[in-house]
Amino acid sequence: MNPAAGSFESRAALALKDAPLQKALGNFKPLFVAKRASAVAELADFEALRERAAQIKNAVLAELDVWLERYAAAVEAAGGKVHFASDAAEAREIILGICRDANAKTICKGKSMVSEEIALNPALEAAGYEVVETDLGEYIIQLAQEPPSHIIAPAIHKTREQVADLFEAHHPGRPREESVAGLVNEARHVLREKFFRADVGITGGNFLIAETGSSVIVTNEGNGDLSQTLARVHIVTSGIERVLPTLDDLSVFLRILARSATGQDTECYTTISTGPRRAGDPDGPQEYHVVLVDNGRSKMLGGKFRDMLRCIRCGACMNHCPVYSAIGGHAYGWVYPGPMGAILTPLFNGIAEHYDLPNACTLNGRCQSVCPVKIPLTELIRTLRSEQVKAGLMPARQRTLLAAWGWVACQPGLYHALERFGSRLLRARAGRAGRIRALPGATAWTQGRDLPAPAGETFLEQWRKQRGEA
Amino acid sequence: MSESPRVGLFATCLMNVFRPNIGFSAVALLERAGCKVSVPMAQTCCGQPAWSAGDDDTARALARQVIDQFEGFDYVVAASGSCIGTLRKYPEMLATDPDWAPRALALAGKSHELLSFLADELKVNIDSAYPGRASYHDSCSGLRELGVKSQPRSLLREVKGLSLLEMDDAEVCCGFGGSFCVKYPAISEKMVDDKIRSLEATGADTLLGGDLGCLLNIAGRLKRKGSRIRVLHTAEVLAGRADGPAIGDEEPR
Repeated sequence: MNPAAGSFESRAALALKDAPLQKALGNFKPLFVAKRASAVAELADFEALRERAAQIKNAVLAELDVWLERYAAAVEAAGGKVHFASDAAEAREIILGICRDANAKTICKGKSMVSEEIALNPALEAAGYEVVETDLGEYIIQLAQEPPSHIIAPAIHKTREQVADLFEAHHPGRPREESVAGLVNEARHVLREKFFRADVGITGGNFLIAETGSSVIVTNEGNGDLSQTLARVHIVTSGIERVLPTLDDLSVFLRILARSATGQDTECYTTISTGPRRAGDPDGPQEYHVVLVDNGRSKMLGGKFRDMLRCIRCGACMNHCPVYSAIGGHAYGWVYPGPMGAILTPLFNGIAEHYDLPNACTLNGRCQSVCPVKIPLTELIRTLRSEQVKAGLMPARQRTLLAAWGWVACQPGLYHALERFGSRLLRARAGRAGRIRALPGATAWTQGRDLPAPAGETFLEQWRKQRGEA
Repeated sequence: MSESPRVGLFATCLMNVFRPNIGFSAVALLERAGCKVSVPMAQTCCGQPAWSAGDDDTARALARQVIDQFEGFDYVVAASGSCIGTLRKYPEMLATDPDWAPRALALAGKSHELLSFLADELKVNIDSAYPGRASYHDSCSGLRELGVKSQPRSLLREVKGLSLLEMDDAEVCCGFGGSFCVKYPAISEKMVDDKIRSLEATGADTLLGGDLGCLLNIAGRLKRKGSRIRVLHTAEVLAGRADGPAIGDEEPR
């Protein structure tokens, strides 16, 4: 499916009928939820770490300009170059410029959600570069020409058979592999040769360290390391909010990130890169660039959604979201799905264009209960709804109903009269059945559920009869 | 407590219309625990539907109405975690209103969900019996906004003849979510089906919960599927008022 096509509801409807997707989503619990729970339980002070992490982020965000200046100065001191991009187009231009200056032909990429956010691959490909995603999941969706459906497991929606089909079609001359191990091995062979050929390596930056000017990537495949070490030029793409003051601060985040994301104590590879290759270094790139992307973040910094800038992109919110678990990531229509996407996508791309995202949430709060940086996700989602109401975006029928209900609820006599009327009406329709199977005007409920019948007399009515006033 | 605490019962909209028995069960339990219970007759809604929809002004108007009617009591109690969760948000809703902010704070401080109030604040003697195998669904607002988790279970352990079976994912949303279930019915049905699968795997014959919205949703789907599992509010079982038809069940002829 083309993930951006159609409305949220039509994408969600397709997802609910997508059997391979539903099977993949069924694996979430053992894969992410159970593992996170045991990884967190093994740590005596996980709650304290969450609190500490949130505090560190809040302190940085309160003086983000200062920390960014310090970080940029440290990067330059280490021989690197920092580029600030105010939006996605500027970020793409900067990266295209670096690749042009490097006379690049092949570009290897480690996993980067910012690169998805700025739609980097299509721009690089249109400019004639060979672009290779080297994270296995990203590689799969690159072959399938799809956006990620999960921020840390981008191809989670693909079955083994679908991956085998893709590899068979894109790797001519190789026998079809069926097993997971065989497919991983095949990707390893294909990608290894690309790593050696790459002129430019582009990675994300899980964290940026102000005191040292370092970028930090955390991966399970080591592909990010090969991308950034073997190429002549290393470009880090990162959001401006990812800076941390010190390596000590980093240690707090390294303890919460893997546990929250995949339930591992630590990811397989944690790599801290500082500047280009120095004289005497055995390896490393000749050039080291950092492209810091704003793209709406500084606007968030000054408003009601600043807390969202604490996000470290671990994916715990979507792993624990029952709506995401029902419909998967593509239904959300952009690169960020789940609760964090329901907030970021409207903020980056428009609360009107993505009206449904904050609304398709039960405000159950499970996401924020696992968020390692304690982002009040449900409150932010509710605040987005409030912004939508203020902007006059609520559909007219719903707005009218809500306004009428609100007015009546402020008139107790009328409200109770309508409740008594409704109770009797529905009771009469149910008869002795105790439930109503079909109700005009309430088909959204009765299409899949019976409506349990009211008692016929409201509680307040009965109370008044039994006990009099008050 | 030396004197009988004066409790204002918040009669939630859904309870008032769909299941008055929950209200009478709450009153019975509170009175058994020594409370003097009143029901202000001019009360309507806590404002949750407006607040959740982002209609902040309507929610604030309803919050002020609730504060007006209930601030004279020692406690405000409702048999719903989500309505009490809303009362607890009044200080946030009215934070910028100097007249109402302190009153909102005072009201929020004495507002309690029924089951946690019975277990944490009062010492209620449960002497009811319910012959059955029940599973308890943790409604999200009660669980995550108010910390209601162990209290209903410890109260239910006092009920003679009742065995409590924990379901997998008891803490996962049932798909009700207020207007969510009618705005996105297909997603909601998938969620309630997941809930029902967990429930049925326990072999329970009864589903209990603490919030009628969730119970209407789960019962509605169970009955549509022809299930015989009975759905009741925990208060009905604790008060010994669970012998009539359960939620969505046929009346005896």
